[in-house]
Amino acid sequence: MKLMLNKWLLSLAAFSVSNAAFAAGAVADEFKWMTFSVFGLIIAITMAVTFWAARSTHTTSEFYAAGRSVSGIQNGWAIAGDYLSAASFLGIAGLISLYGYDGFMYSVGWLVAYITVLLVIAEPCRNIGKYTMGDILAFRNDPKKTKVVAALSTITVSTFYLTAQMVGGGVLIKTLIGIDYEISVVGVGVLMLVYVVFGGMKATTWVQIIKAVLLVTASLILVTMVWAPYGFSLPSYLQAVVGDSKIQAQVAKLLGESAATMTPEELGQRFLEPGLFLKNPIDQISLGLALVLGTAGMPHILMRFFTVPTAQAARTSVIWAMGIIGGFYVLTLFLGTGAAMLVGSAKIASVDAGGNMAGPLLAQYLGGGESSLMGNFMLAFVAAVAFATIVAVVAGLVLAAASAMAHDIYVGVIRGDHATPKEQVVAARVASVIVGMIAITVGIMAKGQNVAHLVALAFAVAASSNLPAVFLTLYWKKCNTTGIILGMVVGSLTAIGLVMISPNMTYPKAVIAGANKVLNGEPAVPAKEATPAVERSAFMCELFALDGCVLAKPAKAASAEKPAKLGAAEKLAKLNEKLQSMEVALPTIADAAAKTAAEADIAKVKKDIAATEKAKAKAEDDLKKFEGQTTSIMGLEKPFFLLKNPGLISIPLGFLLVILGSLFTKDKRAEEMWDELYVRQNTGINAEAATAH
Amino acid sequence: MSNPNINWAAIDTHPKFQALHRKKTFFLWGLMVFSIIYYFMLPIGAAYFQDLFKIKVWGVINVGLLFALSEFVVAWTIAFIYSKKANAEFDAMTQDIINDVNSGSIK
Repeated sequence: MKLMLNKWLLSLAAFSVSNAAFAAGAVADEFKWMTFSVFGLIIAITMAVTFWAARSTHTTSEFYAAGRSVSGIQNGWAIAGDYLSAASFLGIAGLISLYGYDGFMYSVGWLVAYITVLLVIAEPCRNIGKYTMGDILAFRNDPKKTKVVAALSTITVSTFYLTAQMVGGGVLIKTLIGIDYEISVVGVGVLMLVYVVFGGMKATTWVQIIKAVLLVTASLILVTMVWAPYGFSLPSYLQAVVGDSKIQAQVAKLLGESAATMTPEELGQRFLEPGLFLKNPIDQISLGLALVLGTAGMPHILMRFFTVPTAQAARTSVIWAMGIIGGFYVLTLFLGTGAAMLVGSAKIASVDAGGNMAGPLLAQYLGGGESSLMGNFMLAFVAAVAFATIVAVVAGLVLAAASAMAHDIYVGVIRGDHATPKEQVVAARVASVIVGMIAITVGIMAKGQNVAHLVALAFAVAASSNLPAVFLTLYWKKCNTTGIILGMVVGSLTAIGLVMISPNMTYPKAVIAGANKVLNGEPAVPAKEATPAVERSAFMCELFALDGCVLAKPAKAASAEKPAKLGAAEKLAKLNEKLQSMEVALPTIADAAAKTAAEADIAKVKKDIAATEKAKAKAEDDLKKFEGQTTSIMGLEKPFFLLKNPGLISIPLGFLLVILGSLFTKDKRAEEMWDELYVRQNTGINAEAATAH
Repeated sequence: MSNPNINWAAIDTHPKFQALHRKKTFFLWGLMVFSIIYYFMLPIGAAYFQDLFKIKVWGVINVGLLFALSEFVVAWTIAFIYSKKANAEFDAMTQDIINDVNSGSIK
């Protein structure tokens, strides 16, 4: 075992030296055929499934709900396939590879969310619902009004999430195989549309199942390869993680000055301790609330419960989904730490700053590295899984948005529920095409935009608008139409509004200042005396940039004088000079060992030059892009709302307004229907039955 | 099973349904509240009790890591407990009520 470890470390050293530059895509040109073959195979299989599903997709129940004939276990896999987006597959593994413990902690909320789904949402929704969230709300509230609001909220949430998926997918495919962003977005969009329009929910379900199985298989293989050398022992594996020099270097980089006094062991151990990434606990709690309550309000997740025949099957499906999703997140701990140890955090971050390439690079490494056939096959496989992931999630979202548009708005409101069955199916397909087109257009328009916050925003809106409405309709006797409308409108607008004035937005002044720092360098900072800790003046100061606020600051030790930093141009000149003298000196070195060391130094300087050039280009770009601008699109110079996640404020507000609106108005229908709703949601009497096939 | 003439109010006030309602409410709220408290202990602990989270208990594995892993185990346990209870008890009680409705003994 030890021998193998040594061999790994040796090959690693060779690996990091040989890899100075990284081309347009992670897959080298000579291996692209392999990636495309795996992509092609997956597309062929899913197309065959769609063809098969299309033969039994004629009625609305078949189109929206797969005839309610999906079994509990199948639906469990499909929920996992619907939910585990590229953000969780690549993103969380990436966060762990860069920040250790905090990345893993981040993944917990995504599983805990399903407890809410299991306990309060899945079974009642199956018993009451038909195709959409609007159906559940319209059961006892004014059908037309609530359907309009529910559909708008569904479309809003889906569009946010969809945009994040399309942009993320386009960037991902470009990074992996170098296909143009626009072509990737169109490709994903068209493929997804074929599944949805022809195969409806049945094809979508099976695409999601296939994707979930592929994802779990790929992760299991990688984790086995990472963990096996340690005899599947957790302590000895983590011992190796902590003792790894690349991980220690990454922690030292993250900690900056305070790392100077730490031993390598302490640095490595720090990787398994909290606080390297998540700095603001209140923001964390705010995000946690949005996840735990928002998942149960996500329209594409709710919709999955209409596809099973009974409430019992809905229960089974959540249990399976929790097993698969939770198991997957536990695996990400190994994927992330394994990538950090074997590939190295620095290299992962150099390909993609967010760490998204940790999983794919790990696969390539485990297969034998970037010039080996097996390494590239494994990379191709993981890339194909990532592609399947995007398509499956996007298909679920489009179906949810299309059902709100066609079933709630067109059939329910415009046609007053008098559309013929045939008209309804046509409407559903047309709506899918419209939503798909919107997704492609928005995806292309949002190229290069910062969309990472849109996923969190989608969850926040779902938790502040959809969940209070659905939950209180199902469980609170006094809940009524006014309350629902008030709560949903205010809840979602608050969530969106707060994000618009939050640090998620781009603030040109800060960007320009940062770019100038890169280009012009920074003046020397004089030595500072130690300062005591400062306490914040009020809790509200944590949330809003109010006048007269004092923010909490930890005590600071005295710091030495910091030298001035050079501007990018001067730094480049200096580095080039250094490189030249080193290259001149190289042939004169006789000693073999010294020569290798000198060569490594040269490679390092070359890397520095590349990084500086990149930073310089970005800074120049930023200056051009934001020239003359001083404020964000909301007219702010700096964020007014200080959290990235609005849930802490918008979720309680959503609940409160449903309650207030219901208490202060009378709604005869909502009262009369309560007995029926409550009995039905608990017993399943008169629930929509499965259609026989 | 579709029967338009069901008297929903009668079912709602029937002792059997009330018993189901009470049992479910108590059980579901209990699990829900516990799971939410247990979940938020993780970010709160990671932020405010770092000294505790850093204590090594099993090789290099510290309290924080074990606590994060325990979140998974607890979530699965809650799912298991709920499904056991629902399969064994709630489903039978529900079926009993449905049978009574179908046979006409609840009107």
